[in-house]
Amino acid sequence: MPGALLEVEDLRIHFPTQDGLVKSVDGVSFSLERGRTLGIVGESGSGKSVTSLGIMGLHQGTQARITGHIRLGGEELVGALPARIRELRGDKMAMIFQDPLSSLHPYFTVGNQIIEAHRVHHPEATKQQARQRAVDMLGRVGIPEPAVRVDDYPHQFSGGMRQRVMIAMALVNDPELLIADEPTTALDVTVQAQILDLISDLQAEFGSAVIMITHDLGVVAELSDDILVMYAGRVAEYGSAADIFARPGHPYTWGLLASMPRMDRERLTRLVPIPGTPPSLIRVPPGCPFHPRCRYGHLNGGRSETEVPELRDTEDPGHRVACHLTAAERTRQWALLAAGEVPEDVREMVPRGGVEA
Amino acid sequence: MSEQTETPLARDGNGGQPAGDVLLRVTGLVRHFPVTRGVVFRRKVGAVQAVDGIDLSVVRGQTLGLVGESGSGKTTTGRLLVRLDEPTSGQIVIDGNDVTHLRQGKMRPLRREIQMIFQDPYSSLNPRHTVGAIVGAPFRLQRVKPPGGVKRAVQELLELVGLNPEHYNRYPYEFSGGQRQRIGIARTLALRPKLIVADEPVSALDVSIQAQVINLLEDLQDELGLTYVVIAHDLSVVRHISDQVAVMYLGKIVEVASRDQLYATPRHPYTVALLSAVPVPEPLTSGDGQRERRKRIRLEGDVPSPLNPPPACRFHTRCWKAQQICRTQEPPLAELVSGHRVACHFPENTPQVNEDAKPAAAAD
Repeated sequence: MPGALLEVEDLRIHFPTQDGLVKSVDGVSFSLERGRTLGIVGESGSGKSVTSLGIMGLHQGTQARITGHIRLGGEELVGALPARIRELRGDKMAMIFQDPLSSLHPYFTVGNQIIEAHRVHHPEATKQQARQRAVDMLGRVGIPEPAVRVDDYPHQFSGGMRQRVMIAMALVNDPELLIADEPTTALDVTVQAQILDLISDLQAEFGSAVIMITHDLGVVAELSDDILVMYAGRVAEYGSAADIFARPGHPYTWGLLASMPRMDRERLTRLVPIPGTPPSLIRVPPGCPFHPRCRYGHLNGGRSETEVPELRDTEDPGHRVACHLTAAERTRQWALLAAGEVPEDVREMVPRGGVEA
Repeated sequence: MSEQTETPLARDGNGGQPAGDVLLRVTGLVRHFPVTRGVVFRRKVGAVQAVDGIDLSVVRGQTLGLVGESGSGKTTTGRLLVRLDEPTSGQIVIDGNDVTHLRQGKMRPLRREIQMIFQDPYSSLNPRHTVGAIVGAPFRLQRVKPPGGVKRAVQELLELVGLNPEHYNRYPYEFSGGQRQRIGIARTLALRPKLIVADEPVSALDVSIQAQVINLLEDLQDELGLTYVVIAHDLSVVRHISDQVAVMYLGKIVEVASRDQLYATPRHPYTVALLSAVPVPEPLTSGDGQRERRKRIRLEGDVPSPLNPPPACRFHTRCWKAQQICRTQEPPLAELVSGHRVACHFPENTPQVNEDAKPAAAAD
């Protein structure tokens, strides 16, 4: 996609440790245009946060070995000078973290912290101007009486309000790219709804590109235009939100969809979990990293145990899946699962309403 | 605050459910945490009204889901039920025995009947004990000699929750989050309790692992005839596992109903808002393929402080239907239709407006 704001190409982020090489991110590519939202979905350890920290240049000073390309507005960030990354970070790209309490400094007022974020990148701004900017931003993110609250400390805000402060701080320099790493996981549902609405309102206003990292497919469906499903540091599936929810192509995506209880559907008697646990990133299974947990691995004659599946196009334009199953087989299996068929291994020990102990 | 205590409804149990086999009954339960000032002369300056007069009952073999946002008092309620905390007033009756103010020594037999599953599988297991020691601890503490010995009993428990019995000598760090939660569940089951209070049992787990643990809890319920009180903030999880659901707001129960009634026809405005806030994993697109935003009821602001809750109906500060009466008169938790109780002056989905076909079909 030419003209994309952010292009990530074959990104690999590896950490050498005493136990071996941790391949947190292993060949991830995607691109993101202005005004659009990319949802990155995956379980803990799938590499979604490491990817975003990599984009922000926050692996500097660690042992991380980063290869591949990250281009922001055409400028290469892998291997760029730390000073240059510092200029970009907070100005052209900004990040919102999961836990707003530990990401705000408890000793400084929220106003001070927002003012600092602004003045670092706008040394010409006077104190008064920067302060006015902070008050404006707090108002924009829906903090009542911003001119008063600007002098409050983080502990005087509730969880939802702190997350709003974080968003104000991230947006104070009109970044072109905003990365939100599980921005609502620590919040209650009604507050989560407020914050998600706020992010999409501000995005419409500022036209920034947003990367939304989450494990919650519901949150992704609300906000994302495109979705990247990650598993064990690799891309399992990548495509538009509409395609991925209508015709998910990877058994891992099916697993994520089938294991969630759904409020918008008839209540199922049985959830279909993904068997097993995510693999260690030091010993990623050979072949398809998902094969030890895959119910459909036997359908392709053992290829998934030896051969790493490539990310290939499906019939939907731009929808790519890394799976050895044929397109016809995938369509058939997903149709069965979507129709509510429960695989053999998750049948109940005792049928519901059955034997008394 | 226990105006419901003497109504026939509270007596015959779970509003609409067949009476008689109620395992747990709670009436007028209150827990206020005093707030004090001063060092030498401590004086009480207020109280956090964490739980403020709730009535609940759970039928044997069923699951009650307790939902609410942070600060609603759901966790405090759970702790009161297992007597980890002393109620300020009210009554807790388990299987016909009043356990409200049991002294420490008398609590030991009670602990066999009620157990708790904790949220965080990392901090609720002692890292320096082996799995065998952790799961076998209840036997040791209660001086119970299971037939065949403790080791065998522990191995059976591990197998029951889907762990390898040979992992008896391993330490918690060798297990993943989902497996640790299974270890916690095995420990809970050791003494064959009647009632299990599970406080956010799956919220610390990944989605795919969540489903494994939910299925396990359901299987165990069927196999061992367990009764659950599940405290959770995730409304989809609660819908999946509960028979009855109680919604809490600022220390009060605002709505109780059977699962199908509550989710099909929520009546309290707070419940309606809560349900509409849940993100749905299905992108909404209009005809021309543009993204659309789901219509939801936006609640303004945050939950008020339980130190100084709003008078009368506690939800009136955030409610879009609030009228003068909501600020002056507390709405009682009244049964609108059979088995569905709501504390609201202006409930949604009222029978005369709605055709009310769903609750009948949802008798379950």
